[in-house]
Amino acid sequence: MAPLPAQSGTANTARPVSPTAEAWRRFRKHQLAVASLFILGAIALIVLIGPLLWPVPINEIDFTSKLKSPSLTHPFGTDDLGQDVMARLIYGGRISLAVGLAAMIVAVFVGVLVGAVAGMASGRVDAALMWLADLFQSLPQLPLLLMISYLFRDSLKGLFGPEGGTFFLIVIVIGGLRWMPVARLVRAQFLSLREKEFVEAARALGASRLRLVVNHILPNAMGPVIVAATIDVAAAILAESTLSFLGLGFPPDIPTWGRVLFDAKDYLDIAPHWAIFPGMAIFLTVLSINFIGDGLRDALDPRRVI
Amino acid sequence: MSEILLDIRDLRTWFKTDDGMVRAVDGVSMSISKGETLAVVGESGCGKSVTARSVLKLIDMPPGRFESGAILWRGRDLIPLSMEEMDGIRAREIAMVFQEPMTSLNPVYTVGKQIAESLMIHEKLSEKAATEQAVEMLRLVQIPDAERRVNDYPHQFSGGMRQRVMIAIALACKPQLLIADEPTTALDVTIQAQILELLSDMKDRFGMSIMLITHAMGVVAENAQRVVVMYAGKVVEEASVDELFGNPRHPYTQGLIRSIPRVDVAGHARGGVRQRLEQIPGTVPNLLNPPPGCRFAARCKFATEACTAAEPALRTVAPDHKVACIL
Repeated sequence: MAPLPAQSGTANTARPVSPTAEAWRRFRKHQLAVASLFILGAIALIVLIGPLLWPVPINEIDFTSKLKSPSLTHPFGTDDLGQDVMARLIYGGRISLAVGLAAMIVAVFVGVLVGAVAGMASGRVDAALMWLADLFQSLPQLPLLLMISYLFRDSLKGLFGPEGGTFFLIVIVIGGLRWMPVARLVRAQFLSLREKEFVEAARALGASRLRLVVNHILPNAMGPVIVAATIDVAAAILAESTLSFLGLGFPPDIPTWGRVLFDAKDYLDIAPHWAIFPGMAIFLTVLSINFIGDGLRDALDPRRVI
Repeated sequence: MSEILLDIRDLRTWFKTDDGMVRAVDGVSMSISKGETLAVVGESGCGKSVTARSVLKLIDMPPGRFESGAILWRGRDLIPLSMEEMDGIRAREIAMVFQEPMTSLNPVYTVGKQIAESLMIHEKLSEKAATEQAVEMLRLVQIPDAERRVNDYPHQFSGGMRQRVMIAIALACKPQLLIADEPTTALDVTIQAQILELLSDMKDRFGMSIMLITHAMGVVAENAQRVVVMYAGKVVEEASVDELFGNPRHPYTQGLIRSIPRVDVAGHARGGVRQRLEQIPGTVPNLLNPPPGCRFAARCKFATEACTAAEPALRTVAPDHKVACIL
């Protein structure tokens, strides 16, 4: 596999750059990913500083202006209690984004850990861990969620406060039920990568087992994991809305995006704006995270010519 | 004779499989002195690579295991050492170059980083110092424009260049012994010659020893001082290069030498009569159930009943020349 002429040309003229700068240069070539990064950044910024710019109370009930269409006073309209939808979305977005990211981190961390151990250990440990993954996958999730919330809700609330406790619970529950696909992906990657010659070569050069895993095998296995992680963020945001809808998530007065969407569903025919805006928010976030994942995967894989 | 660095004594590396014990290396002894190139030859499946990997303890255990024997590295047996102790010896004292340059480099790191890695592990250099050293190593293995190439990824190098990078990685910590496991098999002939020349340059420069594993007799003749011929997990002949090519005693060695294409014998030299290149009929016996007696007997045209009766021991036939054949 000789280097392509165009590529060796750039390699010879470009000054040496750090890997981070090189990854950023490659990421910028992925236009959708850059646009997505911009959009996600904007959403995150609005969610963080929005309440300062749009200081409308989220729970001021005003029956005289209920279910109003978008206007200058209420850019996203109002809900059935006359509350400003935009203010509610800005506030709720913090929780939705935080839940999505935190649950993804939990799922990826557990998944990579289990997958890596299973892939490296093989034999009985591998079999046991994969049984565990199968077990988790076959658990009916909804009853399990109900039971976990019922059992631990109050003690967690005592520990972290009402919102902190719920946040913790939801992140653990969503993350803890979504690590299996990541674990399977990582294990499959490890099984093939650990037999690669460069791994043996690194071993011959005195790299310890931990170093082999962390420095040589894991970076080669990250492509599919990054994509799975972005999907997990999306799934976690949606799962949080399901939980909130069932009354197992955040209290009804905290307007997470999923919650607002579900509240709005009964009024779709007379007040579609109420559902469209939270829907758009979820859609844009999930889509941009997916594109960013694509861009990251391409940018971090040096074999791909960009 | 100068100081003996590596002394392998009666090594048996066996593999447990579902069908039984595979005796991949079955009682092999050989030694390498300081500054010497020892060639290990034999066809595929003779236990050459397993012997080499045993020295660095790169054999997966299980299924592999050391049934008996000792691997004395400067007088110290490597077999009982723990993996952590081995990590200290790998790269620093004994390094290895593998057969496949296309897959032996990690695709996600620049070559500079990969050379620097072992320096950072073993010599405890800072990243900056290690990278500078990496550029120096690339220059040493004659990669043009080393300052820039150090930031390139493996896929931006050709096969021969990658093998140079592999050699740079292996030599970064200045080992005393380099095990080269068929370092040129995956390369074309002109590149092969360049790599072998580079290896011998490096050997002189660092004063190290080389264990050169190959199946090409031509490579042996030009590069080694001493040769060990392996067949079916055993050493069948051991001699200096001149002695081996001048006076091969084992029928297997003779067959190997006759199977080298030669410009002066082939084709029209003999009055236009075209000759086929000679080959050794048959294949290496199954090492699950090696035949009794001499393992080469089934393919040997001189075989007698005595050959299958008892296993011939390695005997000295001339100074520095041993052979395991009753003839």
